[in-house]
Amino acid sequence: MAKPEHEITWKDLEVGCIVTEPGNASQYQTGDWRSQRPILNKERCIQCGLCYLFCPEPCVKQDEEKYFVADLFYCKGCGICARECPMGAIQMVEEGA
Amino acid sequence: MGKRVGIEVSFAIAEAAKLANSDVIAAYPITPQTHIVERLAEMVSDGELDAQFICVESEHSAMSACLGSCAVGARTFTATAGQGLELMHEVLYVAASCRLPIVMAVTNRAISGPLNVWGDHSDVMATRDCGWIQIFAENGQEAFDLTLCSFRIAEDPTVLIPTMIHIDGFHLSHMVEPLYLLDQEEVDKFLPPFKYPFPLDPDHPITMGAFAPPVLYTEARKSQEEALQASREVIRACFEEFARLFGRRYSFVENYRSEDAEILLLTMGSFSETAMTAIDALRNQGIKVGLIHPRLWRPFPFEELRKGVSQAKILVVFDRCLSYGGPGGPVASEVKSALYGEKNRPEVVSFVGGLGGRDVTPEEFEQVVKRGIERVEKGIRKEYEMIGVRE
Repeated sequence: MAKPEHEITWKDLEVGCIVTEPGNASQYQTGDWRSQRPILNKERCIQCGLCYLFCPEPCVKQDEEKYFVADLFYCKGCGICARECPMGAIQMVEEGA
Repeated sequence: MGKRVGIEVSFAIAEAAKLANSDVIAAYPITPQTHIVERLAEMVSDGELDAQFICVESEHSAMSACLGSCAVGARTFTATAGQGLELMHEVLYVAASCRLPIVMAVTNRAISGPLNVWGDHSDVMATRDCGWIQIFAENGQEAFDLTLCSFRIAEDPTVLIPTMIHIDGFHLSHMVEPLYLLDQEEVDKFLPPFKYPFPLDPDHPITMGAFAPPVLYTEARKSQEEALQASREVIRACFEEFARLFGRRYSFVENYRSEDAEILLLTMGSFSETAMTAIDALRNQGIKVGLIHPRLWRPFPFEELRKGVSQAKILVVFDRCLSYGGPGGPVASEVKSALYGEKNRPEVVSFVGGLGGRDVTPEEFEQVVKRGIERVEKGIRKEYEMIGVRE
């Protein structure tokens, strides 16, 4: 959508609110729902990928060094990755802290 | 003009859906609507109608299947009643908000409990705010004609709103009446082929029924409401065109002997025809009474109703539904609301009766009118009164 969503008027909406641009859900920043963010301790991480498998978003991606890192544009801060990590390598910390 | 035939009203509605060349019928049989879809199933199985008949396991599934078929651009028809309409409830809102112009006949039936398969308007009133266009037919001819009109109205590119055509369960659905059916050529002149502007198509992918967060939901609701309000003009034009082609004229609010009436009785559905007999009898007794019977329930015909009752002193509203713990009849409640800001408005008195298939005789309608006059003259203030109830 050309306009930011808080400027969209009812006249701008498509009939029936259809979405004409396929896959535009990827533009939706769910990361701003987050109150806690996952912090990865690379010294503990064994790159097993369980956080990648368990992330319900799924926003965990592998970086160049093969570490699994949450994309904070999408990460809602649910903490499932931290809970499931067998090495205790992910810690949830308050946003803004 | 076709010849006059005797036909059960349910079958006449099935005939209209067939003449409309419905592509998909997804329905679950429920009394008293069963004859409509049974007849359509028969037509499909005998090859009289080239359509898909989808047998589903519930009305929730029936309406869900209708969403899907309408979304790919298939002309879609269904029918239900009472509990079936209730089971569809949440999907009705989705059909309206996705702007899928499904046409549905509803043979109005009481809601459980106690379990009751007979007619009243409890089912209609529970779906009042679901966003559909809702039209009442009072006899077999109207049921046939207005089913055809419903397709044209719903599918108009500026409307695209699903439409319900209401007929009273049993009192109308199971009557055999003499009526004029149209032939295929006539219907084709009136009803253009259905062309849904945004059909689901793998080559042009779109998303339907996406979610809207708080920042967009209000705008979505507003756009749906504007479309429903604007549909009045299309409905009016459709009735005009129908009259021009076939000579039968329909309006949003119908009147009977109301020109000089000081007292008006207001009814909806097939009981209006019984009420006319009562009006004749009361006129013979020298009472200046007339009947006003709204045909369009949603969008509500504010302008026509206000104009129709502006000269009356007393407006007696008869509801076939009870709003528990509330103001009485839902129709009376809306009528009062529509008249609240009027300088010249009649005194509105509300009666509830004809519940769960209970007959209301012309004599009872006479009593309702007389009791209404008495309530106003003696200043008896009551939210409503039930009629025909044994004390």
